[in-house]
Amino acid sequence: MTPDAFAPPQGGWTRVSSRLGAARRFVSLAIAIPATAAVALAAAFLASSVAAIAVVLLGAVAVAVALVLVERQWRAIGYAERAEDLLVVRGVVFRQLVVVPYGRMQFVDVKAGPLDRRFGVASVQLHTASAATDASIPGLTPEEAARLRDRLAALGEAHAAGL
Amino acid sequence: MTLDEGWRRLHPISPVINSWQALVAVLALAVQQQGLGNNAFKVAGGLAVAVVVVTISYGVLAWRATRFRLLGPDLVLESGILFKRSRRVPLARLQAVDIVRPLLARALGLAELKLEVAGGRSSDATLAYLSEPAAASVRNELLALAAGLRDDVADVPAPDEAEETVVATTPVGLLVLSTLLSGPMLVVLALIAAAAVFAIASGEPAVFFGIAGSVLFGVGTQIWNVFNEDFGTTVAASADGLRVRRGLLETRAQTVPPGRVQGVVIREPAIWRLFSWVRVEVTVAGYGRSFGGGSSGVTRLLPIASRAVGYGVIARVLPAVDWSAVEVAPAPRRARWRAPIEAGRLAAGVGDEGGERVVVTRRGRFGHRSDIVPLARVQSVRLRQGPVQRALGLASVAVDVSPGPVRAVALHRDEKEARALHDRLVTEARAARAAALPDRWLLPGA
Repeated sequence: MTPDAFAPPQGGWTRVSSRLGAARRFVSLAIAIPATAAVALAAAFLASSVAAIAVVLLGAVAVAVALVLVERQWRAIGYAERAEDLLVVRGVVFRQLVVVPYGRMQFVDVKAGPLDRRFGVASVQLHTASAATDASIPGLTPEEAARLRDRLAALGEAHAAGL
Repeated sequence: MTLDEGWRRLHPISPVINSWQALVAVLALAVQQQGLGNNAFKVAGGLAVAVVVVTISYGVLAWRATRFRLLGPDLVLESGILFKRSRRVPLARLQAVDIVRPLLARALGLAELKLEVAGGRSSDATLAYLSEPAAASVRNELLALAAGLRDDVADVPAPDEAEETVVATTPVGLLVLSTLLSGPMLVVLALIAAAAVFAIASGEPAVFFGIAGSVLFGVGTQIWNVFNEDFGTTVAASADGLRVRRGLLETRAQTVPPGRVQGVVIREPAIWRLFSWVRVEVTVAGYGRSFGGGSSGVTRLLPIASRAVGYGVIARVLPAVDWSAVEVAPAPRRARWRAPIEAGRLAAGVGDEGGERVVVTRRGRFGHRSDIVPLARVQSVRLRQGPVQRALGLASVAVDVSPGPVRAVALHRDEKEARALHDRLVTEARAARAAALPDRWLLPGA
């Protein structure tokens, strides 16, 4: 349980916007509440009202757990722009720290789906020649995403290496 | 062959070869319809002729629209009838050149030239078909330009093929043995044995022949494909890089310039270990998309060889390092709680015995594998930890290279050591990149 292996670099992690937490909470609730309601209704008609209440309680517990996980998850996402490379960390249960040298970047994507836009977040993803490189930073404000994209593109140009 | 301003064309028979399958299908259909009434036969025949005419004219138009030329350090390839495409391939980024001769093209003395350039999907350029001498001379020109020997084509005659030394060949007998002792073959034998037992028990021999026949046919084709592709594999070293020739019916001559091999994996399947046989596979950017063969490059460098020969080939692929001298440290004992079977074999290390810095990882309990990646070729480094690993204080470090058979990952290390290894790989890869061969490997003063 030592935090050492995923310790932040000098300067610490830049954390992502809390709006990502809001967006993910919204998604969890939007799935969990109708699903619980449907199952509870079915239980009320097919079994008894006791069963329905049990289902609702179970649903509430599941939602609570999901909300705690969502909260921890978005808080676990971080990145750090170092002189030569970009670090991205994420995950609570499955943790990952990826380092991408700027010279290895092939291109940078900025993505924002309808829900992301509603909550005012965007994600930046780096691509290298390796398909295994898994460096995406969700939950950036649009301004930060644009800034990061331009900075990464410029740094990629400056450090460009072959393969 | 040479047109105005240095534009060149493909061989004029190309359209026929490109559409031969369609032509054969149509002819077969026409012949099959002969049994029908006279009228039906005429209709079928007329249709067949129409299809043949359309296919051939399309092929001819496509051929007319296709041309290529060398422009400075780039290859320009134009194609397309309605939708024109002009592709400029920077030869400094050339990863490999293959000359492929499918059976029919081979009978006509033609060959297909494939250029692999690292990039997204379909970043390769294919010249199908050229006459065999033309394919060889274009390849040599491309390699000379890519290497930086010359900056422009001008009127300089095409360079001669660089001299080569053969490093390894695969004897037919060994290849046959390796296919017989491969995993799929063992499955076949097991299934056939099961069928025999079942047939004897039930007293119905027809069952045996039915099952055995279909199993043999299914797996037989797969084994035949591998055999056909790997037949007579010869690995040679030259100034242009690594040359690999292989193939029985369809032959393939691959050239991988120096510094283009992103990683090497040595596999020792369980049965092969009894005979000290190894298989050597490489990752080359651009070859990865169709894994293990097909139309893209073949990643099996040496399908089977004795350990000594295999190591000799790797010494040519990674000339600046003695990878087998790199010290690897085993994973801690508690890793067996996470990976009970292979924990005892897990090991990883970084070293530069001989000059070039590489990372070596070992894994596999029954069949062994070792992955070697030169640090100069590393794309990104990942530190990973799952819940079980976390409870045990373990973590894994994955080294990412371009898509291919190589997967260098130091599994289940002590988490502090893993972070140290991760940081070390990041720092040393940076230094290795700075010291690596330039893209144009023979460029003077580079």
